[in-house]
Amino acid sequence: MTAVTLAEAADVLLAAYETRVPIEPLVDKYQDLTLADAYEIQLLQIRRRLADGARVKGHKVGLSSPAMQRQMGVNQPDYGHLLDDMFWLENAPVPASRFLQPRVEPEIAFVLKRPLAGPGVTVAEAAAAVDFVLPALELIDSRIRDWRIGIVDTIADNASSGGVVLGSTPARLADVDLRLAGCTLHRNGELVGTGASGAVLGSPLTSLVWLANTVGSRGVVLEAGHVVLPGSITASVPVAAGDTVTAAYAGLGGVTARFTEETS
Amino acid sequence: MTWDLVRAARALLEAEDTRTDRGPITDEWPDLDLDTAYAVQDETLQRRLNRGEHIVGIKLGLTSRAKQQRMGIDVPLTAWLTDAMLLPADAPVPQDQLIHPRAEPEIVFVMKDRLAGPGVTAATALAAVGSVHGGIEVIDSRYRDFRFTLPDVVADNSSSGRFVTGPVGLPPEKLDLAMEACLVEVDGQVADSATGAAVQGHPAEALALAANELGRRGLAIEPGWLVLTGGMTDAVPVPPGTTVAVHFTHLGSLHLTGG
Repeated sequence: MTAVTLAEAADVLLAAYETRVPIEPLVDKYQDLTLADAYEIQLLQIRRRLADGARVKGHKVGLSSPAMQRQMGVNQPDYGHLLDDMFWLENAPVPASRFLQPRVEPEIAFVLKRPLAGPGVTVAEAAAAVDFVLPALELIDSRIRDWRIGIVDTIADNASSGGVVLGSTPARLADVDLRLAGCTLHRNGELVGTGASGAVLGSPLTSLVWLANTVGSRGVVLEAGHVVLPGSITASVPVAAGDTVTAAYAGLGGVTARFTEETS
Repeated sequence: MTWDLVRAARALLEAEDTRTDRGPITDEWPDLDLDTAYAVQDETLQRRLNRGEHIVGIKLGLTSRAKQQRMGIDVPLTAWLTDAMLLPADAPVPQDQLIHPRAEPEIVFVMKDRLAGPGVTAATALAAVGSVHGGIEVIDSRYRDFRFTLPDVVADNSSSGRFVTGPVGLPPEKLDLAMEACLVEVDGQVADSATGAAVQGHPAEALALAANELGRRGLAIEPGWLVLTGGMTDAVPVPPGTTVAVHFTHLGSLHLTGG
């Protein structure tokens, strides 16, 4: 794929954020897009956002649990960037109309206390780099019409990132059973998903290692203070203005996101 | 030849004994309703007891609200467990006795007190439980491709096959069963996960509904019985060569091989 074509694809995706009109899958137009092309399209958008004043606050891993892989029909994980304007506060209104076709996912978020530079990062090093974990809800979104994503389209679209709501009960890594802690997801009081935190690649820590080594091979370091969302424990559920979503995690507490119409 | 509950019970037990799957009974007996289906199930139980099996408890089916909505019911199904369905720990799935076995993780109760509906609540149901265990139910269906209507599956003892209970037993007050999670691995790869909340909101809710449903039929859940509260996740096939592991947060791990 030529640099001009990659820039064109990045422009189309960036425009979709502004117009909130989803686009057709990129692979419909560019059949021979590679994974490397897709990450380059993602990076072109991130660079543009950074030039406009946004700051990188972390990364997310997507499609890392069987529930999400079944739901989206994609069988490998990917990653995207978390920018400062994607963070929303728990219990405070999240304007649903800022998004195109939002869905939520329960996740246990890592916050790093020291940098992680792959490749070659081990589980031991990853665990040692975690400052604390937080209950989290990720808001995923797709600039691709009707979520018709394959792996290439979702990577190009910042791994279908939308936003994140972090809870306020930090816990030490050693105090949470990262593999077998239960998680429930309620939307408007109705149970819409359950799972074990190890649904994410066997353990969310494996997802952190995968991320550090995957971005590391591209020369990117996960920074101290950064947030890493390792992936959804359950299948994602759609949300709209008026919805309240709560995720609860055994041993870690919960987090609530409240979706509203646009507020002034 | 017209259908009646004795003929239906014999047909289902024969399918089980000869490992021959069949079409739904309702294809040939469209008037089979839910109450009659339970009478067929009770007839198959009587025939199992007549050949020397013993009741060890009950199992619940269709305990996920999504599945209930699809089937048009609002209470779980019940079915009988006998000692012939018990699979010892570490024993392989007896492929030569089952048609198309699938495994699902379950929370299992061992009853301390008798529980007789109507009027049983989740709280009173839980108070009658002596200990809680993890378990794997190996479901099987006498119907081809697991294709059946609600009365069909009730008549077929709610797809009972075999079951295995885990090594850890805890008193119910030591556990938050809505948050008790299980992680299912197939051949070492994570396949699914869930918590007890996936079972009717809470396994004790499922137990209460089952006690009330049995009460409607003049039956009770007896002390010492096992209660398999229903699949937490979708069932996974266990053909020969497969290894299934189920890890619970507090209720230990179980391993099952397809032989």
